[in-house]
Amino acid sequence: MTIDGTLSPSGADAPGRSTAPGSTSSRATRVLGWTSLVGIAALVVFGLWITPPDAQLGETIRILYMHVPTVSAAYVAFIITAVGSIAYLWKRSEFWDLLAASSAEIGVLFFALTIFNGMLWGRITWGVFWRWEPRLTTTTVLFLTYLGYLAVRRIPTSARTRGTVSAVIGILAVVNIPITHKAVDWWRGLHQEKTIFGTVDPEMQGTQLFTAYLGLTVFLVLFAWLLIHRFRLAWLTERAQERSLDEAIAERRAEGSAS
Amino acid sequence: MIRDAALVAGKDLRLEWRSRVGLGQVLPFALLCVLLFAFALDPDRGVLQRATGGLFWMVVLFAGVLVVQRSFSVEGEDGVLDALRLSGLSPASIYLGKVAAIAAQLLVLEAVLLVAVAVLYDTTLRGWVLLMGTVVLATLGIAGAGATYGVVGLRLRGAETLLPLLLLPLLAPVLIGATAAFDVALGRSAGPGWPWAAMLGIFAVVYLSLGALLFRPLMEDM
Repeated sequence: MTIDGTLSPSGADAPGRSTAPGSTSSRATRVLGWTSLVGIAALVVFGLWITPPDAQLGETIRILYMHVPTVSAAYVAFIITAVGSIAYLWKRSEFWDLLAASSAEIGVLFFALTIFNGMLWGRITWGVFWRWEPRLTTTTVLFLTYLGYLAVRRIPTSARTRGTVSAVIGILAVVNIPITHKAVDWWRGLHQEKTIFGTVDPEMQGTQLFTAYLGLTVFLVLFAWLLIHRFRLAWLTERAQERSLDEAIAERRAEGSAS
Repeated sequence: MIRDAALVAGKDLRLEWRSRVGLGQVLPFALLCVLLFAFALDPDRGVLQRATGGLFWMVVLFAGVLVVQRSFSVEGEDGVLDALRLSGLSPASIYLGKVAAIAAQLLVLEAVLLVAVAVLYDTTLRGWVLLMGTVVLATLGIAGAGATYGVVGLRLRGAETLLPLLLLPLLAPVLIGATAAFDVALGRSAGPGWPWAAMLGIFAVVYLSLGALLFRPLMEDM
């Protein structure tokens, strides 16, 4: 996986060493950043102009080129959060805790985008922004679940308590993903309606298929880029807090010896 | 382990019985909710009768949050939790004891609520096997997930307001399943009710096992 490939060789304490203070960029992130920028530009060109409208979906298929990638990246993010949470409870290293937290934050962002572009699709297809379409409903429930995770991380407490509590929540939340999916599917089962996924032509071909895969790749690269930056920022924040504490202690000591 | 869990559950229930918080505060709050739904939904249009299952479980979820909160706030004072850890009971058995006590309180609450909706919403209770099965399985699920999050709330100062945000999205499948099963039992919708009950059962098993596993790190990192 891209993310592990970029982060793991550097090991648990490398981000602090390999990056200059105050910066979270490195050669790897610059490559990822430019790749996603060019990729997004290409996706816009392909998605809006080059691909033909779909036989069933018409022009609304163009929203799909973004909808599917954002939701996929969000799920990848939450799986990384779960892996980071389990690894934290096992290894107890700051690396896994901050990785889980950073990933969840970006996952929530991508979920918000998914709900937003899903609603835009709904406005065109159904004439209203919201219907209790199973996928959209599930996404919203899970979005709120992970908002809870992020809220927990904001409560001031010791790093270890925060890590343990959020790891437990990260694990419980990911287990809830398939359960919520199934429950909401059954709930809407009797009045199944046109869904954003249900109507996609499974025999997508040519430029449409290419654009779909391009979108997926671009958003995964974008996700990796954001994740590395967010992780390094979190890491630097922790170091800065330690440093300001050290400085404060040194200051107090100096005061003591002066008087 | 079962004996230890029973010990913890017995302690909690004795504490509740003597303090009367559940009977004196949570139960009246639940009845108040039943009343407020009637104000919100106009009792003359038959909405209350049609929505009995959903409203019943909404009230149970709201009251459940309070029961969970109460169940762990008693442990937060005077370092009781430290004493509990020093007692040598395994975290899993403390967890299961907590679950049992929460579930027992919820079952009493649900029994009273069933009578309340039958009388106030003019709902005829029937399909007793499915009704009771749903009540038991859903309650185990709520208590199982609730006890895990309860200790989370205890671990973080100022997280009391966070408990509903954490717990209720997780319990969304329980609300869906229990409401649907009630609708089948009460004859509001056709179709078999057992798949819903099965879903509630799976939810309960998953969250009870996860809770028993994850309670140890939660207890130890105080």
